[in-house]
This record gives sequence, C-alpha cells and structure tokens, in this order.
Amino acid sequence: MEFFQHVLNALQFGSFYALIALGYTLVYGVLRLINFAHGDIFMVGAYIAYFVAIMLLGADGVAAGAGLSPGLTLAITVPVTMILTSLVGVTLERTMYRPLRRKGADRLYVVITALMAGLILENGNLALLGASRKSFPELLQKVVWTFGGVSVTNLKVIVIVAAVVVFGLLQFIVTRTKIGMAMRGISYDKFAIPLMGIPLDTIIVFTFILGSSMAGLAGILFAMSYPILEPYMGALIGWKAFIAAVVGGIGDIRGAIVGGFLLGFIEIGVVAVFPSTLRDLFAFSVLLGILWLKPTGLFGVAKTTKI
Amino acid sequence: MQKHTFTITMFAGMAVLAVLAQLGVINQYLQSVIMLMGVNIILCSSLNLVNGYMGEFSCGHGGFMCVGAYASSLVTVLCFSKNHILGAPLLPDSLALLAFPLALAAGAAVAAVAGLVVAVPSFKTRGDYLAIITLAANYIVISAIDNLEIIGGPRGFMGMNATVNAMNDLVQIPWMLLWVLGGTLFSVWILRRFVSSTLGKGVPAIAQDEIAAEIMSVDTNRMKLIAFMLSSGLAGLAGGLFAHILGYVNPHSFDIMKSTEVMVMVYLGGMGSLSGATLSAVLFTVLLEVLRPLEIWKWVVIPLLLILLMQFRPEGIMGNKELSDLFPKLKKYYSFK
Repeated sequence: MEFFQHVLNALQFGSFYALIALGYTLVYGVLRLINFAHGDIFMVGAYIAYFVAIMLLGADGVAAGAGLSPGLTLAITVPVTMILTSLVGVTLERTMYRPLRRKGADRLYVVITALMAGLILENGNLALLGASRKSFPELLQKVVWTFGGVSVTNLKVIVIVAAVVVFGLLQFIVTRTKIGMAMRGISYDKFAIPLMGIPLDTIIVFTFILGSSMAGLAGILFAMSYPILEPYMGALIGWKAFIAAVVGGIGDIRGAIVGGFLLGFIEIGVVAVFPSTLRDLFAFSVLLGILWLKPTGLFGVAKTTKI
Repeated sequence: MQKHTFTITMFAGMAVLAVLAQLGVINQYLQSVIMLMGVNIILCSSLNLVNGYMGEFSCGHGGFMCVGAYASSLVTVLCFSKNHILGAPLLPDSLALLAFPLALAAGAAVAAVAGLVVAVPSFKTRGDYLAIITLAANYIVISAIDNLEIIGGPRGFMGMNATVNAMNDLVQIPWMLLWVLGGTLFSVWILRRFVSSTLGKGVPAIAQDEIAAEIMSVDTNRMKLIAFMLSSGLAGLAGGLFAHILGYVNPHSFDIMKSTEVMVMVYLGGMGSLSGATLSAVLFTVLLEVLRPLEIWKWVVIPLLLILLMQFRPEGIMGNKELSDLFPKLKKYYSFK
C-alpha cells in the first residue's frame, strides 16, 4: 500500500514540474528561446495568488480585505492570478525580448537577458518584501479520502487533474487550432511566417500568455500544497522543470508532461529508498544519463544541419 | 627591449603589489579584493574558452570550481593540518611551500577530469541540450559534496589556514597574494598560448561551423575534449586559490548563482576576447564591492545593467577583439603570441 502512496506523491510532484515545464517548452517551441525567467514567473504567480487571496479574505491584518468566504476567494483568485501572471510574462516579452528580436540579436543574448530578468524578479522581490516567509491562507477545506490504506487529499487530486487537463488543452491548441498551427509555423520558419499574413508578435504574445498563466496556475496550486512562500522558491523548481522539459524533448508538449512526471517519480522513488538528501544527486544523474543516451530528449527530433 | 615592456611592467606591477602588501600600505580588505579579482579573472577567462571561443553555452562553471576547491583543500588539509577525521598532518610544515603548488595542481587536475562529464556528451550534443548537461553537472557536484559527511557535507570544510600559516612561518610575506597573482598570470598566459596556437585555431572553427570545421580536418572531438578539460581545469585552479584565500569552503557557495556570476562576467567582457574577460572580471569585482552598501538591491542593479548592455551593446565591452586590435600601437610593447 505504501507503494501506491508514493505513486500518488510522485504524480503530485510531477504535476508541478509538468505545469512549469509546459511554459518552458511552449516558449522554446515557438521562439527557440530558453526563457530562464520562467521559474521566477512561477514564484511571482505564487506571490500574486497570496496577495489576491489575503485581499479578498481580509486575513493577515489587511484592513482593506473584502472578507469573502474561502471558497469564493479561491474561485476568484485562480483566474485573477493567471491573468496577472501572464501580464508579467508579457511585460518581459515586450520590454526585453522583443526589442532584441527586432534588432535581430543572436539567440544567446536573449537567453542572457532572460536569465537576468529572473534574477531581477527574485532579488527585487526579496528587496521589496523582505526575507520573511509568507504563509499562504488555507482556501480549501482539506478532505482526506482513504482507500484501503492509501490516503488522498482533495488538493492532490486537483493538482493531478489540473496538470492532465492543462496538457490536454495545450495539446489541443497546438495541434488542432489555427493559432497552434501558426505557433508551429513560427518555430519552423520565423521569416516566412509573416509573409503568409500571420501576425508574428501577436502569436508570440499569445504563447507567453499561455505559458505564464500555466506558471501562475502552478504557483497557486503549489502555494496551496506547501503554504510557505519565499523569493527563491522558483529558482530550484524552475531549473528542475527546465531539465525535465529538456529530457522530454524541449519544444514538444508531450515531452514536458513525460519529463515532469518522470522527474517526479525519480525524486519520490529515491526518497522512498535512500536518505532524502540524495534526491537531487540521483535525479540529476538519471537525467544526465538519459541525455547522454538520447541527446535530443525522449520526444525530441534530431535536426539535420546543412552547411 | 621595447618588445618586453609589457612583460616587465606586469612582473614589476606584481612585485610592487606584493611589496605594498608586505609593508602594510594596502590593507587586508584591499588585498582580499585584489585576490578575488585574480580568481575572477581565472574563472572568466577559462569560461570564455568554452562560451566565447567555442560558442557553446556552458552554465555549470561553478561545479568545476567546487571540485578544484575541495580537491586541493583535501590535499593541503591531509598534509598540513590536524583534522579529527583525516588524522594528524602527514608532512612537516617546512614542506608547505613546496606542496602548496602541487596541491593546487592536483585540484586543477581533478577538476579537469570532472570536465570529462561534460566533454564526452558534447561529442554528440550541442547548444541547449549541452547547456542542460553542464547545469546538471553543476547540481550533481554540489549534491554529491553535500552528501559526503567525511568532508563536512553541507556544513562546509575548513582547515586550509594551517597551510597558509605554515608558509607564513617559513617566510613572512603575503603568500596568498603572490600565489593568486601567479595563478592568474599562468591561466591567462596558457589560454592566450592555446587560442593563438595552430591547434587552438580549431576552437573558433567549431564555433563558426562544426561540420565545416570537421571537413577542414579539425578533429572536433579532440578539440572539445581539450577545450572543456582546460577550461574546467583552470576553474579548478581558481577554486583551489579561492578555498585557500577564505580558509573555508561550502558547497553552496559554488552553486548555480556562482556559475551565473561567471557567465555575466564573460558576456560583459565580450565573447572570444581574453583582454575583455580580464577587464570585465576586474570591473565586475570592483562593481560588486562598490555596490555593497546597496545590499540586496545590488542583485537587482547588476542584472539590470547587463540587460541594458544586451540591449545597447550586445557584444559586450570588447566584442571579440583584443586590446591590441583596438590600439594597434600596443603591439610594439609585447612579443608573446
């Protein structure tokens, strides 16, 4: 029975990684840009959720609180956080990435800019809000179901279902809709796409909205599951999700999901058998091994280069 | 004589620095800033070989620095200080002066071997995927040391001061400053020799086009192996020096933040320029010290500066030019390649 408990935990952890990895992979798939700020967008999402929630609840000594019930707060917090977080993502795109793209700068410079944007978000948050940790208010009455020794909380189920639903939605958007076709087109040839009458910048902004709002969603769910917020929470989980995305084959939505869940299973599996301090060591070694054997990730396709 | 002006000036400058430090004209704080500068120059110029000249995107330089720091510290602690796990010192204190460079070399060698973890996958992998491998390598190193209780694990490792003290007992001069200056000079010299040699011309060739380079008879795998091992070996040397300057190492001071810092220096200076790397390492160290009163805002200001740099001068301070390309008259004053 302990085995199923671990599987559930792994699914929950994998869902967080997968939700963040989806953001990396969407932006990469369209722009060939590693958006290193994405992990910090996730952190910003969690903070936005915190502020929205305490504003609505009136908790933590906020005088202007609306005093809504937890259920209603949650219903409002989720969409508001997703919208505000996607605004953060779009702001990064508009102020930092787009000017560089217009100048035709090398991809590398955009990557550095992204890395620096992440640092600014992290440390700006630390400087503005201080190092004290914020504890997220409880929005959801905890319900525990027990099936023959395996206990499941409703939050866990929500997290896992959210990851699967988001995956289905994004897979649908990318493979079945016109805007998805345009996204795939841009990744194929950035110069021919505008000639076909497709607004390049609109599609890119849409991609950032999708990716960042998923990070915002992950932020809320993470804050609800582990209700301690600190400015560096996005850094490690972001890097890990990024590695998961690459192992799955970056640029492929299925890859992000598979990579995220794989990382979740490895981490929980290691913790179940070995001391928990060995978690990162094993997880990264396995991922390194996978990349060693399959250099473009599980779903990635090797591109032939022409001279 | 004119041709040697540069070399003579450099050695004279080093000697003057050492004398000033000996006489106490430059205080301890200034000395430590100078030593940090030296370490940063080594890190920055060695990463420049991979990220600049070879055009790869390695973001795990801190990991190799960590390997070098721990390996050389382990040697010196084993030899010269009493440790409750590793036992009594193996060598008498009088040998410290002889053993210290060997310990540094050992650290560099171990780090170079660790560089294989990245070098071997780089035969098949390029670009973003290789970046992940370097990133994962950094995490693996930190995590592995975290789990080695014998060298302190997450609490860190100390005892390196005994060696420095032993050297001071022999002759009372600012030894660490001299070692750092020497190490810096050695690193820049060896990198300069390498990239301007016939063999080293293969490295920029890989950056421009790997397949074309291979057709032109560049053994790309061998070049990558040499470049990665040299780069990580020098990072290990920097780590060894860093560990002995502080007298204490902690695995978490070499994590992804450190790697990012080195990357910032490389791109600030310009990819594929050793003088740019040196200049930016000096500038960056000074900037860090000058901005110290800003406390945490420092880490908002510095990334912002780099973002502005990327927007308005993306090639960095020097681009891929050396100082002598910008001021051709300088060529009269040195003879080395």
